[in-house]
Amino acid sequence: MNAVTNSNPTVDIRYALRLGTFALDIDVDIPMHGITGIFGESGSGKTTLLRCIAGLETRGTGRLAIGDDVWLDRSRNISRPIHEQEIGYVFQEPRLFRHLNVRRNLEYGQQRTTMKIDRVAFNQAVELFDLQHLLDRSPADLSGGEAQRVAIARALLRSPRLLLMDEPLAALDSARKNEILPFLDRLHNELKIPIIYVSHHIEEICRLCDHLLVLQNGNVVAEGELQAVLVRLDVPTLSDEEAGSVILGSIKHVDKTYDLTHLAFSGGELLVPGCIGQIGDERRLRIRASDISLCRQRPDSSTMLNILPAVIEEIQPASGPMLLLRLRLGSDRMLARITRRSCDKLALRPGDELLAQIKAVAIRN
Amino acid sequence: MSEIGLFSFPGAGPLWLSVRLAAVTTVLLVLIGTPLAWWLSRTASRWKSPLEAIVALPIVLPPTVMGFYLLVVMGPYGAIGRWWVELTGETLTFSFAGLVIASCLYSLPFAVQPLQNAFESLDKRNLEAAWTLGASRIDAFFTVAVPQSSRGFLNAVVLAFAHTLGEFGVVLMVGGNIPGETRTISIAIYDQVESLNYGVAHRLSAILLLFAFSVLLLMFVINRRWQQP
Repeated sequence: MNAVTNSNPTVDIRYALRLGTFALDIDVDIPMHGITGIFGESGSGKTTLLRCIAGLETRGTGRLAIGDDVWLDRSRNISRPIHEQEIGYVFQEPRLFRHLNVRRNLEYGQQRTTMKIDRVAFNQAVELFDLQHLLDRSPADLSGGEAQRVAIARALLRSPRLLLMDEPLAALDSARKNEILPFLDRLHNELKIPIIYVSHHIEEICRLCDHLLVLQNGNVVAEGELQAVLVRLDVPTLSDEEAGSVILGSIKHVDKTYDLTHLAFSGGELLVPGCIGQIGDERRLRIRASDISLCRQRPDSSTMLNILPAVIEEIQPASGPMLLLRLRLGSDRMLARITRRSCDKLALRPGDELLAQIKAVAIRN
Repeated sequence: MSEIGLFSFPGAGPLWLSVRLAAVTTVLLVLIGTPLAWWLSRTASRWKSPLEAIVALPIVLPPTVMGFYLLVVMGPYGAIGRWWVELTGETLTFSFAGLVIASCLYSLPFAVQPLQNAFESLDKRNLEAAWTLGASRIDAFFTVAVPQSSRGFLNAVVLAFAHTLGEFGVVLMVGGNIPGETRTISIAIYDQVESLNYGVAHRLSAILLLFAFSVLLLMFVINRRWQQP
C-alpha cells in the first residue's frame, strides 16, 4: 500500500510532548474532508493536541502535513510561525477584540490572509452565521451565542485550510448551544474546509462529526469513521451511560396525525417523534445503547414503536451490573446496554437472532 | 532664548523650556519604556526583579542624590560626559540634552510602571487569537496589545509629562540655572522666591498647580469612563 497519499490526501498529525506527568503521543492521519471529532475526558490531551496543531504549543517534537504540504517537521527543522499556518482556530471562549467592532473583528483575519482567493467570502460568512445586523456592534454588546458565531466566522474568514474548534459550545448554556448548533450544521454542509472538532460531549460529536478520534491519557485509543468507532466495545471512554450509535435514515413517510416520521435504513424502518422533514430527506439518528431492549419473541402488545430483527455480533465482557452488546440490523450496527443478569437469563450468544426494541431520536435537521 | 510673543511675562521662558523638556522626555520614555515594560511583563528571567528595582529607584531616591551621581557620570570627566564631549564638542552637564537624559531616568518609573501594569493585565488569549488569525508577533502587539492597553499609555504619558514638568532637584544638580537652556519653571520659581519677587513666584506656581490639577482630573475622568463598559 504505497503512494496512496496523492489519491486520498490526509492531514498527517504526529506529536510527542511531555508536560510534567502528562505525555501526549499522537500519530494519526485524518481525512481532508468533513468534520473529525476528537473525543475524550478532560485531561486526555484534546486541547493540547489542538494547540500543537495550531503551533501555539511549541514544546515537544512533531510533524504536521496537510496533503503533500509539510508545515512542521522538527526532525527536518521545518516549521512555520503560527501566523503563517493557514489554520483557523475557534477557542472555547470567543476571544473577540473588544477594541474593534464586529465587522473589524471579522476583517482582522481576512486582511492578513496570504491566499490569493478567499476560501470563504465575507458576505458568505456573514450570511452563513446571520451576522448582518451585528456588524456595527461592539463585542461587549453581544450575547454569548452571538459572540461565538462571530468568532467562528472570523476564523473562517482567515481562509484556513484546516479549521480547529476547541469545544466552541462549552462556555454556553444549553439554550445558547441549540442556537449555535444549526450554524455548525450549515458549516458542515456548505463548506469544504476540513474541521477538527474537540468536545467531551458525545451528543455534539454524534450530531456534527463524520470521523472520530478518541483520546485517552494523551494517546489515540480509537479512530475512524464515526459510526464504526461508536460501536466498538473495546473503548472505555465510549462505554459509559452515554454509549450509543448513529445511523443514517431517509424519510419515507411523515405521519401528521401522530406527529411521527418514518425513516428507512438498512435494517428496516424506524419511527421517530416529530415531523422532521420532507420525504426523501436524510436524517442522522442517534440511538443510545440504554434505549434498546432485546427480546426473543415479538411481544403481543408493546408500547415500543420500533421492533426490528437484529443479530448479536459481539458481547462486551463485563463484571459490573451492565454490559454492552453490538447488534447488526441490515448493514447498520447499534449498541444495546442491558444488565448482565438479563444477558445470562436469556443466554445471549454472538450470532443469536432476536428482536430489538428501539427508541430513536433524530439529531440533525 | 528670548521670551516668546504671546507669553511675554517674566517666567514665560522657563515655562516654555519646561514644556519642551517634558514633551521630549515623554516621547523618549514611551519609546524606551514600552519595550522595557513589555519585556518586564512577560519575562521569567532572574533579572526581572533587579531591573524592576532599578526602574523604581527614582521614586525613593532623593533627587539630589540622583542628580549628584548624574552630574558625576555626565560631567566632562565622567564616563558618559567624556564620550559626549568627544562626539559633540560640548559638555553634557548644564545643557538641554543633559537635562533630557536626566529627566528620562528620573521619570522612568512613571512611564514604565503604568505600561507594565497594563501589559500584565492584558488577556494573553487575545494575542493567541490574533496570531492564529495571521498576525505576526509585532503586528499583534500593535493591533491588539497596544489598543487594549490604551489606558496604560494614557497614564504613562500623563504621569511622565507631569512629573518631568515639576522636577527640581535633579535639574538643579545637572543643569544648573542657565536661562533658555536649563532654567526650568521650578528653578525659576525658586529664583523668584530667592529674590523676593513673590508676585511672579505666585503666578508661576499657580500655573503649575492649575496644570497639575487639570491633568490629574482629566486622567481620572478618562480612567473612570473607561472602566464603565
